[in-house]
Amino acid sequence: MADFGGTDLEAFRTEAREWIAANFPASLKGKPNPMAVEERMKPDADQEAWRKAMGAKGWGTPTWPKQYGGGGLEPAQARIVQSEINRAGAYNPIGGMGVMMFGPTLLEYGTEAQKQEHIPPIVKGELQWCQGFSEPGAGSDLASLSTKAVDKGDHFEIDGSKIWTSGAQWADWCFCLVRTDTSKKHEGISFVLFTMRQPGVEVRPIPLIAGSSPFCETFFTSARAEKKDLVGPLNGGWTIAKRLLQHERSGLTGAGGGLGGGGKPLEQLAKDYVGVDEQGRIADSDLRTRLVTNAINWRAFQQTAMRAMMESKGNSGPSSATSIMKNAGTQLIQERQEMTLEIMGHQGLGWEGEDFTADELGAVRGWLFGKAFTIFGGSQEVQSNIVSKRILGLPDLTQNH
Amino acid sequence: MAVLTEEQSMLRDAAKSWVQEKSPVTAFRKMRDSGAELGYDAAAWNEMAEMGWAGVIIPEEYGGSNFGYLSLGLILEELGRTLTASPLLASGLAAASALILGGTDAQKSEWLPKIAEGTVIGALAIDEGAHHAPDRIATTFKDGKITGKKTFVLEGMAAGIIIVGGVGPDGAGLYLVRGDDKGVKRTRLSLADSRGAANIEFNGAAAEPLSGGAALIEKVLDRARAGVAAEMLGSALQAFETTLDYLKVRVQFGQVIGSFQALQHRAAKMFTDLELSRSAVEAALAAIDADSPDTPELVSLAKAKMGDTFHLVSNEMVQMHGGIGMTDAHDAGFYLKRARAAEAAFGNQAFHRDRYARIQGY
Ligand SMILES: Cc1cc2nc3c(=O)[nH]c(=O)nc-3n(C[C@H](O)[C@H](O)[C@H](O)COP(=O)(O)OP(=O)(O)OC[C@H]3O[C@@H](n4cnc5c(N)ncnc54)[C@H](O)[C@@H]3O)c2cc1C
Repeated sequence: MADFGGTDLEAFRTEAREWIAANFPASLKGKPNPMAVEERMKPDADQEAWRKAMGAKGWGTPTWPKQYGGGGLEPAQARIVQSEINRAGAYNPIGGMGVMMFGPTLLEYGTEAQKQEHIPPIVKGELQWCQGFSEPGAGSDLASLSTKAVDKGDHFEIDGSKIWTSGAQWADWCFCLVRTDTSKKHEGISFVLFTMRQPGVEVRPIPLIAGSSPFCETFFTSARAEKKDLVGPLNGGWTIAKRLLQHERSGLTGAGGGLGGGGKPLEQLAKDYVGVDEQGRIADSDLRTRLVTNAINWRAFQQTAMRAMMESKGNSGPSSATSIMKNAGTQLIQERQEMTLEIMGHQGLGWEGEDFTADELGAVRGWLFGKAFTIFGGSQEVQSNIVSKRILGLPDLTQNH
Repeated sequence: MAVLTEEQSMLRDAAKSWVQEKSPVTAFRKMRDSGAELGYDAAAWNEMAEMGWAGVIIPEEYGGSNFGYLSLGLILEELGRTLTASPLLASGLAAASALILGGTDAQKSEWLPKIAEGTVIGALAIDEGAHHAPDRIATTFKDGKITGKKTFVLEGMAAGIIIVGGVGPDGAGLYLVRGDDKGVKRTRLSLADSRGAANIEFNGAAAEPLSGGAALIEKVLDRARAGVAAEMLGSALQAFETTLDYLKVRVQFGQVIGSFQALQHRAAKMFTDLELSRSAVEAALAAIDADSPDTPELVSLAKAKMGDTFHLVSNEMVQMHGGIGMTDAHDAGFYLKRARAAEAAFGNQAFHRDRYARIQGY
């Protein structure tokens, strides 16, 4: 591959810009990414065309290897693709848990045959994946999971239930942690893949405080996972799960873009709703102080994300720094969501109806859903425990479990 | 807990047992699911009124029991525990206060007995925009008519009389408007906390002035603010206790999660804040009963402190419950939504910190 100095990158930018201009349907400009909408709707012809074009080009998963259909790009080029997508008012139509966490993990731990089978449909956006990790009794203490898989010769038979399975109602496949040895805790867990489109899988959506229902209870009754779909060694799933969680967390920091935080700048919103004093400052000085504190922390957070990226150049995958990044990022986003509501005042309390703008209603739902950011992907407390234990070297009281 | 009189203890105990038996959070859930137009359960309100709760601050000559604000606060606290939605605050506290403090004998005789009986609901309409700004009222009163737009009027849909903030020839003041006046146009708001509220337009509606001017507005608002704070205290206490119970039963890593000091210390902090908040709320209510000159600062202190505490506890309730706290089937979301609505009502924490600072000359 070429040495990507400035001139090569500029040439690549031109190439990316031209390709997007030629392939992105004008009708979709500025429209939301259908992947990001909670209630999935059937994509229209233009949306399908854009997904197929990006899928074929591999630019939805720009840094994934070319031999599995990925873009094969350097990180610097991938950033250019993203910035050109933004510039064109387009979106990346390839997403979901397959892209965010399962794909990178399989690329690292899967066999050649597994990668050949499962990566291309993710790259093309043809199949959606869900994460069968949490159970009613196994949340923060994920390794206490009890959904069991029994060896039936050519396949595993799976019985048990998972909970909070995001997107299970739309998912085609599940990457799942199962117990294959009850005599050990962490060393009795295996990582298996199976289709959700089978009789032994039942999915019940759970309504959320934000009103929608993006997650489910998922039940397995003699469900079937093929032997070839065991990832890593038998009883060796925990290592893979931990790696996958690192990918999940780095995708959830906000630096990875997973949690958004976009829209109008908060300080502008505050001026619009709260007004300004004679010097043009936000009229509510108490709010102004909190806004600026958040803004400073937000900048420092982004600077840290940038620094971590520079420092990890050459390393593949996320580093242990992702543990501090998830807590730092999610807390800042939650603060911003709280302040958005506060800024909107009475208008930031609406549930539905014409007396509230779409932005106001969206702020309320977003604020409510945002409470999950410090719970899923390893709660804020679990992240702090990881930092204390692995980075700071402090003793772990839960180590016997 | 304040030292209660025998009457107050009885009132509190009655409220406690009625709320637990007749109005648990499941009743609120049912009301929300039914999409009740008024934002409360009318049958439950009748029962409350029969027990005399709508007349707690109303003088005996007008059909009330004249037990005072601390007493009413005890009831609101109990109602707050289970998020019981009712017009008690808007009608039996805010509108009743306006009439008691600023009404003529004729106005009092006409309306207070009905408010005390619960047969007429009163509402207080001050705010006109997205924020509480009682010193920037644009609604005008002229020649017996009132014109303007009011936002976020609690129990605005149910109100038979509306006490409206307006500016007349002699400055700002409160005006009494009948709900059935042709010049009153209401729009029901669908709010995150599922309570009853409306935006109301007054287009030359017939209005009778109350006496007391701008000072009356602040006096009435302070009573409403202290009442909301009392209700918030009950809600925050219950949110805390429900969470504490969960910390004692939820097992992860082979032990109850309440054994983790990271959570223990946060529970201890919430408990501390709740104790501080109770002192602040009771002091504000007692100051109102004593007609003490430091009422405004004590009320702002209480609303600011209570707002911060409920904000914290409602967030912790979700966080400490983990995934289950994010589900609509759990109560945590109700407390969270109610917290933000109550925080915003009659001035949020920032408003009251600023007001406290101004009163104290910071
Ligand atoms: C919106 C949403 C989507 C989700 N999607 C998925 C999904 O797709 N797939 C999936 O498998 N899971 C998913 N989850 C589940 C999520 O990973 C779990 O909720 C999370 O791991 C916490 O587990 P729990 O809910 O059982 O809470 P618990 O583990 O019971 O935790 C309760 C509280 O105790 C705290 N706590 C626990 N242990 C400790 C400790 N040692 N020290 C201090 N505090 C502690 C927790 O931090 C939390 O505050 C989702 C959750 C949400 C809310």
